[in-house]
Amino acid sequence: MKYLHDFTLVNSERQTDDFVVLTLQGGPEALPEMTPGQFAEVRVDAPGAYLRRPLSIHDVDYDKQQIKLLVQEVGTGTRALTALALGSTINMLYPLGKGYALPDSKRVLLVGGGCGVAPLLFLGRHLKKNGITPRFLIGTRTAAGLVRLDAYRELGEVMVTTEDGSAGTKGYVIHHPVMKTETPDFDWIYTCGPEAMMRILAKYANKHALSCQVSLENHMACGIGACLCCITPTKDGHKCTCTDGPVFDSKYLQW
Amino acid sequence: MVDLKVKLGSLELQNPVMTASGTYGYGEEYEDFVDINRLGGIVVKGTTLHPRQGNDYPRMAETPMGMLNAVGLQNVGVDRFISEIYPRIKKYRTNILVNVSGSTVEEYVETAAKINALDHIPGIELNISCPNVKEGGMAFGTSCPSAIAVTAAVRAVYNKHLMVKLSPNVTNIAEIALGVESAGADSVSLINTLLGMAIDVEQRRPVLSTITGGLSGAAVKPVALRMVWQVAQAVKIPVVGMGGISNAEDAIAFMLAGASAIQIGTANFIDPGVTEKIIAGIEDYLLRHKMSSVTELKGALQV
Repeated sequence: MKYLHDFTLVNSERQTDDFVVLTLQGGPEALPEMTPGQFAEVRVDAPGAYLRRPLSIHDVDYDKQQIKLLVQEVGTGTRALTALALGSTINMLYPLGKGYALPDSKRVLLVGGGCGVAPLLFLGRHLKKNGITPRFLIGTRTAAGLVRLDAYRELGEVMVTTEDGSAGTKGYVIHHPVMKTETPDFDWIYTCGPEAMMRILAKYANKHALSCQVSLENHMACGIGACLCCITPTKDGHKCTCTDGPVFDSKYLQW
Repeated sequence: MVDLKVKLGSLELQNPVMTASGTYGYGEEYEDFVDINRLGGIVVKGTTLHPRQGNDYPRMAETPMGMLNAVGLQNVGVDRFISEIYPRIKKYRTNILVNVSGSTVEEYVETAAKINALDHIPGIELNISCPNVKEGGMAFGTSCPSAIAVTAAVRAVYNKHLMVKLSPNVTNIAEIALGVESAGADSVSLINTLLGMAIDVEQRRPVLSTITGGLSGAAVKPVALRMVWQVAQAVKIPVVGMGGISNAEDAIAFMLAGASAIQIGTANFIDPGVTEKIIAGIEDYLLRHKMSSVTELKGALQV
């Protein structure tokens, strides 16, 4: 079941130059069960932002009936969202799409690039609840782009790469020592981020016979499988990222 | 009490609010937000004789107050529509119209003939106006002789309500409307999308994989309204208006311009529950203006 609910913005915390965490208060009815990797289509009332904006569910607190969104300011719509005053109403269509599947192994690596770290916090929390300790590998351009590392560290080990070497290992996530061993010490990769990064991870997973779940960020309009704009080529032809994804087993995609 | 019922020839609608093909899937996608049975009708996804994968990604670009799409009629084909989808959706107590498209006249005819056999489909919307396919589609709808030829050929095999969806990408839309009326159309719907384009200047590339695509949304409303007005002046058959309708006020404007019914398209993406709000808004308008029937709106524009 999908819902169209009004939330109230109760907190807006700037993390970096372009990342903001929004805390949205739902209720009075209980929040529906959400799967990490699912997303919301957020209504934006701003000139130049006609369609809703698809954003990953970053974190959920069912007790407080709160959802957190990690917003990267990339254009008119996202900037309008981060400029909202506390107390503003935000309409969301959610929870949408298929999220990450639980692993058949306890050895998992969660790899996020840029804004792709957003769903991995909720995923890490979910894994932990299921007795699996998540390990995170987070890649950004510079140390200034690292977001909410403490929240991730509460759940498990956090490894970092930066393109300029200002934090962690210099280079891309694939250059981190954890990816360099002959036999990886993880069986499942969960990833979200730039497609180029995820394609490299999918290739790596194939080479080492690992499972790899990728979350696509295709541009979309409706978010519910009606308009067929957000398709990706799969083994079964074009599939909607919004309903058949956004999370796919990398082997299912035509990569 | 106000009467919201309208008639499109033989087709009876409980209210004038329909949904536009390509924006509403098969109705099922919206079940969490709308009671489909409350709608005047739904026009389901453009259907062709053979399955189509549609165009490559990217297929969508947001534009000022609108969007471009280049889906290219991705659909499962008429046979799978009949065997898989029709059994699921025939339960809806509303008018389900199938939007029919093709690359050749023969494909239109064969697809329409197959749908003619379905008891719970009281009509088709003949799509001679899709701008996103290489062959057929809009090519039929932008010349009068070919629009007449395909309409007449389908009319010969299809004996329920035949609505023809017109392209705005023409010099004189009223002329095409008169042509399809003479060829046996029971109604016309307009407008399909306007051919447009978006460019990513940083990459110096077109945004869409097909370079051009179809513009829809609030941005097209004034153009659509003008064309509905022109067509309604010209033809005797009912006109179904669409193009950027986002609220009851927009819907009423189209009816004042001469539309008997309207279709909601892109607005469903912004508010998936918008159709029921528009029905309620029309009812409210009629009450406020002391009108007893929605049919009083049709062509009531005081010029």
